[in-house]
Amino acid sequence: MGSLLRIVNGRVYDPANGIDGEVRDVCVRDGRIVADVPPEARRIDVHGMVVMPGGIDVHCHIAGTKVNLARKVQPEDHRHDVHPRTRITRSGTGGSVPSTFATGYRYAALGYTTAMEAAVTPLGARSTLEELNDTPVLDKGFFVLVGNNVLLFRLLQEGRFEEFRHALAWWLSVTRAYAPKLVNPGADEAWKGHRNANITDLDAKIDPFNLTPRQVIAAFIDAANTLGLPHPVHIHCNNLGHSGNYETTLETMRIAEGRRAHITHIQFHSYGSVAGKSRDNPTSKASEIAEFVNTHPNITADVGAVMFGRSTSMTADAPLAYMLRQFGGHKWINADTEMESGCGIVPFTYQDRVYTNALQWAIGLELFLRSEDPWRMVFSTDHPNGGTFMTYPALIRLLMDREYRKQQMAHVNQLALDHSGLRDCMDREYSLYEIAIITRAGPARLLGLADKGHLGVGADADITIYEENADKEAMFSAPRYLIKDGELVIEDHEFRAEHEGRILHVAPGYDSAIEQVIEPFFEDYYSIRFANYPVHESYLHHHQLVPTVPGTPGAAAT
Amino acid sequence: MSLEFTQHTLPTVPVEAESLSMASLAGLSAVAAAKLTIVHGNRAAEVGDFFHVAGAPDGEVHISGDLSRVKQVGAGMGAGRLVVHGRAGMHLGTRMTGGEIVVEGDAGDWVGSDMLGGRIIVRGNAGHLVGSAVRGERMGMQGGEILVFGSAGNEVGGGMRRGLVAIGGDTGDFTGVNMFAGTVAVLGRMGARPGAGMKRGTILAMHPAEMLPTFSYACTYRPVFVRLYLAHLRALGFPIADAHMAGPYRRWCGDAIELNRGEVLVLDTNSGTPP
Repeated sequence: MGSLLRIVNGRVYDPANGIDGEVRDVCVRDGRIVADVPPEARRIDVHGMVVMPGGIDVHCHIAGTKVNLARKVQPEDHRHDVHPRTRITRSGTGGSVPSTFATGYRYAALGYTTAMEAAVTPLGARSTLEELNDTPVLDKGFFVLVGNNVLLFRLLQEGRFEEFRHALAWWLSVTRAYAPKLVNPGADEAWKGHRNANITDLDAKIDPFNLTPRQVIAAFIDAANTLGLPHPVHIHCNNLGHSGNYETTLETMRIAEGRRAHITHIQFHSYGSVAGKSRDNPTSKASEIAEFVNTHPNITADVGAVMFGRSTSMTADAPLAYMLRQFGGHKWINADTEMESGCGIVPFTYQDRVYTNALQWAIGLELFLRSEDPWRMVFSTDHPNGGTFMTYPALIRLLMDREYRKQQMAHVNQLALDHSGLRDCMDREYSLYEIAIITRAGPARLLGLADKGHLGVGADADITIYEENADKEAMFSAPRYLIKDGELVIEDHEFRAEHEGRILHVAPGYDSAIEQVIEPFFEDYYSIRFANYPVHESYLHHHQLVPTVPGTPGAAAT
Repeated sequence: MSLEFTQHTLPTVPVEAESLSMASLAGLSAVAAAKLTIVHGNRAAEVGDFFHVAGAPDGEVHISGDLSRVKQVGAGMGAGRLVVHGRAGMHLGTRMTGGEIVVEGDAGDWVGSDMLGGRIIVRGNAGHLVGSAVRGERMGMQGGEILVFGSAGNEVGGGMRRGLVAIGGDTGDFTGVNMFAGTVAVLGRMGARPGAGMKRGTILAMHPAEMLPTFSYACTYRPVFVRLYLAHLRALGFPIADAHMAGPYRRWCGDAIELNRGEVLVLDTNSGTPP
């Protein structure tokens, strides 16, 4: 660090500061953006190039026990995609679930500097942190799975909301997580207790608790907003992937009642159903979902677009994995994590000729094209569920290039396009400014990362510089320069420095009396002792504690 | 004159030599071929570090020496002829789509894994997993012929989808495990559990075999296609006796866990009378 840089002649896209393609200098000192640097600072002339903040992935699966299971279950996916060692970088394997080092390098080679691992069981936090520490270049954090937690459910059904909030804060703090994550809340209990069972109604009873998913979601939204978390609550709604699930999604968003909530991979939750014989075939309800998000500034979402080709479905939603494996009938994994969560892994290939896959692809694009506020409908493919992060440049091109989109639409299942609204929103093309919002400024704002996603004075010097190109896929595939914390990590498309990112985490305050409530439960039901459960600070290495602002009512993200 | 590779140095650790294939040697001079990259352990090396190269390209390549530590010879080749005068290493002819590979000695494991077409002839013995699916992959070879005149190890034709594997000697356990289709012919004896998990396809055996309980005896008959296959193998030099041609064969259906659509045909040596 400590480098002095002046980046000159580039067209700067910095939406958080309202800068739209203006040619101006960007100065870097000690890992931060500064107003000016002395004349001896190194000058980088980026004439004809585009300067943006480093990319931020708000939702991906890059570390943790389920990611490792996904790596193990598909050796065939790695062997033709070897990531060789260079003088600077370490070796690894690719495929839809790359190894840790390859994940960091490949994200960086697309211009990304921050990524959020979206589903980690509390018990898996320790190994997740070790993997994240082995994921170079990126700053990263993780969302901890709390939406099927037996003890939290017990506190809720007994109406002990205060203790529930303290317990949630305790879980976030001791696992070193960044945000709470709900996945198909309530369903894992049904799945554990009954053969092939799921929960399909927000008002159904979560057997054996005297609770409903609606009560669970409301309690989490309430507690997270009261704790003042930078990213209050990350919700994977019930009924993912099922025809007609858009009503559940709308109802879930209504539960927030003006408080902040983030709905993730919303594409998978925007399906209608056709009456009659093709009842099981989904249709697009992207317009209804987009309309709701457009008009409710407290709601943020990431799209979770589907891109054709090889993917890996990995989820804490165990019943969903069971449904998916029935399509292919090939290898899969299903697992429970003690009192905390379920898990399912299914290697999957999205095919453009298949009705459902083509419809999912179309709905993803439709959500982007119908979104009126790019700050709140941000970019994701739910890597590697909807497609790997290596498909991001192609997805950006689909959004920015109407003609390319038309060409691609000609190849896909036409009946699916008939049942989507994609043909009605073909006029729109994303601008570079809007791309900078959905991939950088927007995710930073909804994650509550004040120093990221922009190039204003004081921001982290995470900067990506792309060479302008009419082919946006080529442009976003390989930045000419990547600067991370002021260090030139990629220069002239080549890695020039090894860089270790930081772990981003929160530590909301809690009443330590809550440990007296949690400990007996641990000693009764867990396979490890209570004292061994909290993750020690030594697992954090480079880290950054992101402050919470307790007591603030759910401020609307704008 | 063909390109001639003569080994002068034995590799100390396994070598990945995908470049020793017609696909990458096509049109190269001897000097250029000696410059091709191979990976020695975890370090890049050149073909010339291990082989003298002479001759000129004409669609045929001869490699002499002990290549038992040299992997992936003939990988991905689509045409031409490659002859190994000596032993061959693992993954011989992996992903090949056409042409012919001849090994005068023994070959290692994974002969013809991921093979799509062409022909591999091994005059000696082959290792395990001849034409078999690579770990994690559902399907093994999807076309072409693998002809081993000696014996082979376990999992011959595992997960194969199409094509012919013929073994002149014995095979190890799990011959034709998880086969989707295609034909495995074994002139010697098979090890335990032939055809376990097979979906379709034919395993042709010339000696009695212990069948799994999930295989059921169907009939004894003289299938015409067996004579055609055996005549083809006889023409290629396999020692096919008239008694093999005449049959009859006991037909076992299985594997029942995959709905009994595959078959194991075992030569019925006790039956003197035509059915």
